Amino acid sequence: MAFLARRHSVLPGFGPTLGFSFLYLSLVVLIPLSLLFFRSADLGWGGFWNVITSPRVVAACRLSFGAAFAGAAVNAVCGLVVAWTLVRYRFPGQRLLDAVIDLPFALPTAVSGIALTTLYAPTGWLGRPLDAIGLKGAFSPLGVTIALTFIGLPFVVRTLQPALEDLDLDQEEAAAVLGASRWRTLRRIVLPAITPALLTGFALAFARGLGEYGSVVFISGNMPMRTEIAPLLIVAKLEQYDYAGAAAIAVLLLVASFLLLLTINLLQRWSGRRHMRGA
Amino acid sequence: MGDLVRVRRHRFAGRHDRAATTEPRWVGLLLLATTVVFLGLFLLLPLVTVFTEALRKGAGAYFASFGDPAALAAIRLTLTVAAIAVPLNLVFGVTAAWAIAKFEFRGKSFVTTLIDVPLAVSPVISGAIYVLLFGLQGLLGPWLSAHGLQVIFAVPGIVIATVFVTVPFIARELIPLMQEQGIEDEEAALTLGASGWQTFRRVTLPNVKWALLYGVILCNARAMGEFGAVSVVSGHIRGKTNTMPLQVEILYNEYNFVAAFAVASLLALLALVTLALKTLVERLSAAAVTLDSGLPAAEEI
Repeated sequence: MAFLARRHSVLPGFGPTLGFSFLYLSLVVLIPLSLLFFRSADLGWGGFWNVITSPRVVAACRLSFGAAFAGAAVNAVCGLVVAWTLVRYRFPGQRLLDAVIDLPFALPTAVSGIALTTLYAPTGWLGRPLDAIGLKGAFSPLGVTIALTFIGLPFVVRTLQPALEDLDLDQEEAAAVLGASRWRTLRRIVLPAITPALLTGFALAFARGLGEYGSVVFISGNMPMRTEIAPLLIVAKLEQYDYAGAAAIAVLLLVASFLLLLTINLLQRWSGRRHMRGA
Repeated sequence: MGDLVRVRRHRFAGRHDRAATTEPRWVGLLLLATTVVFLGLFLLLPLVTVFTEALRKGAGAYFASFGDPAALAAIRLTLTVAAIAVPLNLVFGVTAAWAIAKFEFRGKSFVTTLIDVPLAVSPVISGAIYVLLFGLQGLLGPWLSAHGLQVIFAVPGIVIATVFVTVPFIARELIPLMQEQGIEDEEAALTLGASGWQTFRRVTLPNVKWALLYGVILCNARAMGEFGAVSVVSGHIRGKTNTMPLQVEILYNEYNFVAAFAVASLLALLALVTLALKTLVERLSAAAVTLDSGLPAAEEI
């Protein structure tokens, strides 16, 4: 652990605490996760390519990426309205609504999954009206999108709220005094200031949606080629003892989420710079 | 999720010229209506569904669901798993936070990133990595079965998968706070002759108690509610390797909806208690911050 050399400090316990933490992380996270890459390497490039371009995997990935993107997009719009209302307005029941935002974090995904399925099934409270206008809620790609919207909402709202609270009201007043309409002020002053936070929230919700399993497997119906999501295919391959195939799909998803994380980090650096310049 | 602890500023009420910084009244009402309808449909209605479905056939059928030995075994297993995973990650979170927040060293951002990794990984992958390691055709599988040890499709696998997904929760709450607090307090205690352990227990720990409690609450909620990772390693053996979320799945797939939603309602109650405690801890810690700094409470500014 030569690279973990420390600078001088009077506080005790650096060696044991860092040593223990690093050992724990290696055993629990680093070693098992790197095994995934070795296991998929068993296939070779050709085998890996064959797995991830097989029609069933392509269909599942298209659904996973598409539904996660659509869910994140709905959340970017509705989440912005929700965050704006919670930050800028005072109304009865506000604290309750604010606390409820975290519900998708706190509610176990299996519980959200069966509740959403019951709600959007053709006989459910929301499934019936959807059915009446010719839309299928549960057991369709729309159902997957609904579940991923539910799961992703807190990421967008909780990322936007601090950014909205930090907005400088003087700039909005100045714009109004200079004759800008409220709409123009929002578009030209407020929106650019919160864009990094909005994109970060979108990316977080998108990343979470890509890997989400529990809330989706019930509502999707899991029909091969139609409503099967990528994480479910990993489970299916594991059940057939096709470990290398499972590892290949897992690597694909992991690379996608790490790229998203990288984007989020860059976005945050961007918003940090914006912030400094604004101050 | 660390930034959820925050002090709300009520600076919009009255201090500024409202006309310049608010929307016309009808737009405001429209925004409010959209918020209430969207949150109502997307968040509250699923929650309500859990309880109405659980009580659909009356309170008798609801409580009868908990007489099922498999349901009781699932509750017991969930409590056991949380009782192992949360203390492990508590010890890890505190030691990692001490090393990362109180010292400067090369490779720090690497360690911090490692802590966050489980949050970015699909729950299914979190389970899959342990199947690849301990499964019958996994790396250590043959050795384990030769020694009569079973990890996958058994309780140890469930515990390990749960530990993996809950690694970040406590550490993430502590690290930013302890970094912000710096090391002056600890240095003062050490200078006055306190031992390292005394310093930690009497100075550091009281300084971070709310964040620690908050982290434990989040960690516990996730440990008890984890589904994807646990589902991959459990093997769904009724009465043996079913946690509560897995029991919900089995009952639901058997069209035993009342029983499925009855077990789900316990998990939903856990989620509601978690949210309530979270809100309470936020308020208490905000109050503690304003008291400490001797400033008037944020609400009064």
